[in-house]
Amino acid sequence: MDTGRENLLLAGRLQGMASHETSVRAAELLDRFSLADAAGRLVKTYSGGMARKLDVAIGLMHRPQVLFLDEPTTGLDPEARADMWAELESMARAEAMTVLLTTHYLEEADRLAARLAIVDRGRIVVERTPGELKDSLHGDAVTVELAQPARDGTRAREVLAGVELLRGDGTDGRHLRGRADSGPAALPVLLARLDAAGVAVASATVSRPSLDDVYLRHTGRSYSPGSAAGAAVSGAAAGGAEVSA
Amino acid sequence: MSALAAVTHTGVLTARQLRAFRRMPVFLAMNVVQPRICLLLFGQLFKSVVDIPGFGGGTDYLVFLTQGIVMMMALFGSAWAGTSYIQEMDRGVMDRFLASPTSRGAMIVATVLYQAVLTVLQTLVVLGVAWLAGARFDGGWRGIAVLLLAAVLLTFVFAAFSNGMALLAKAQTALIAISQIIAFPLMFLSSAIMDTALSPAWVGGVARFNPFEWAVVAGRGAMQAAPDWGTVWGQLGILAALAVAMTWLAARAFRIYQWALQPGACGLPGAPRCPAVRNRCPDRCPAAADMWTGSVFAAVNM
Repeated sequence: MDTGRENLLLAGRLQGMASHETSVRAAELLDRFSLADAAGRLVKTYSGGMARKLDVAIGLMHRPQVLFLDEPTTGLDPEARADMWAELESMARAEAMTVLLTTHYLEEADRLAARLAIVDRGRIVVERTPGELKDSLHGDAVTVELAQPARDGTRAREVLAGVELLRGDGTDGRHLRGRADSGPAALPVLLARLDAAGVAVASATVSRPSLDDVYLRHTGRSYSPGSAAGAAVSGAAAGGAEVSA
Repeated sequence: MSALAAVTHTGVLTARQLRAFRRMPVFLAMNVVQPRICLLLFGQLFKSVVDIPGFGGGTDYLVFLTQGIVMMMALFGSAWAGTSYIQEMDRGVMDRFLASPTSRGAMIVATVLYQAVLTVLQTLVVLGVAWLAGARFDGGWRGIAVLLLAAVLLTFVFAAFSNGMALLAKAQTALIAISQIIAFPLMFLSSAIMDTALSPAWVGGVARFNPFEWAVVAGRGAMQAAPDWGTVWGQLGILAALAVAMTWLAARAFRIYQWALQPGACGLPGAPRCPAVRNRCPDRCPAAADMWTGSVFAAVNM
């Protein structure tokens, strides 16, 4: 039965902050979380996204050095989720604060985490940066679509085999596939060689392995939030220090 | 936890409850209307008991009843006090408080103080309605002040009890059942609506150990033309002692509540132990509700 601002003031006072300091900090947080307009409204009239932001703001009142968030975006619509991510990122930087968050959204862990641990059945199975985790897979997939497969197919395969940065993955007639430790570096080399050999290219793509691939590799299971009880991804978006679990 | 912090916490938490009260106009209206209904209905129903030979409560039943209704309102209002805790548990607010450095004692005292404010309001409404209906009291302002004090102490006792029960029962239906089971007998085993001189002797005997009766005796005694202050302050004294004990027990109930949140942690160093039975693991602890009921009844019947 309290308004947004009253919730923040109460939290600050309970954390031992002085009255004046509390109202300054509350105004600052309301502003930062774009809740200033709704500050005087009862929280029960807030949308899910607003209530969640207020939740986080309450936790930030007393300037903690470490903020623990347990699935902060569960149940939010995509817009509110993107909003929350942006707030968390800027907050972690501005407050030089370590955030330890658990999430079932691999996309969220990928975006927010400076360091990421995959927990499977209560055990940390792997812990690195999201980039390192993805690099540890067999590499990026490089795919080139041939404009004239019938004419260029054989020559194209010979060129692919000659590029040291790429491991040939075979063709299916129209597509030339390879794996590279760094797809973006390998692609220009491949295209230049194909051009020199007179092979006509229709399109080219590089895809990074996703965290879903990483998850699959380390738990031996495909990720589905509904079935993966006991599995969670925790990441730390760190302004200063990092959290090691 | 410094004493100053506990006082600050009590202040901000009480203010929070009063804000909520102000924002529920229906609840406010109920609190004003309910005492009138009770007073006027009971007043009509039992109007003739003053004519029974041996009735020792004066010649105007409305005057006699008013002092009883004041305590009834305090008893029933405070017996429900714990329901707000259960709402907070259901809404996750309780976990949030417990995860913060909020003083557990302040959490109890704040709800109890809030309930006391309601009791004072209701008492003033009851007295006002009675006065309008023609009741005249002999005790004057001093009598009214002591009546209020008795009602507030009674509120402390039962609001703290209700909060403690809420922390153990954790369910609205269970808490309401427990409150009703306790409040009704306490009300009838007293002189609130009927002089115990007219009841079987055992009722009077039991009533002497009834905290509700202590408050009724103190409040009614203070509103006499020539109060027996020894009796009045004696009753108020044991009521105050019980209020302190009950508040302490309710704050202890937080331990049991928090301990029950983390079962199976016994093997770890520094893990919670069963709070009632020393050095026993949680899984071998007697059911929390059993222990609590035992200790409360021991306190009530001291």
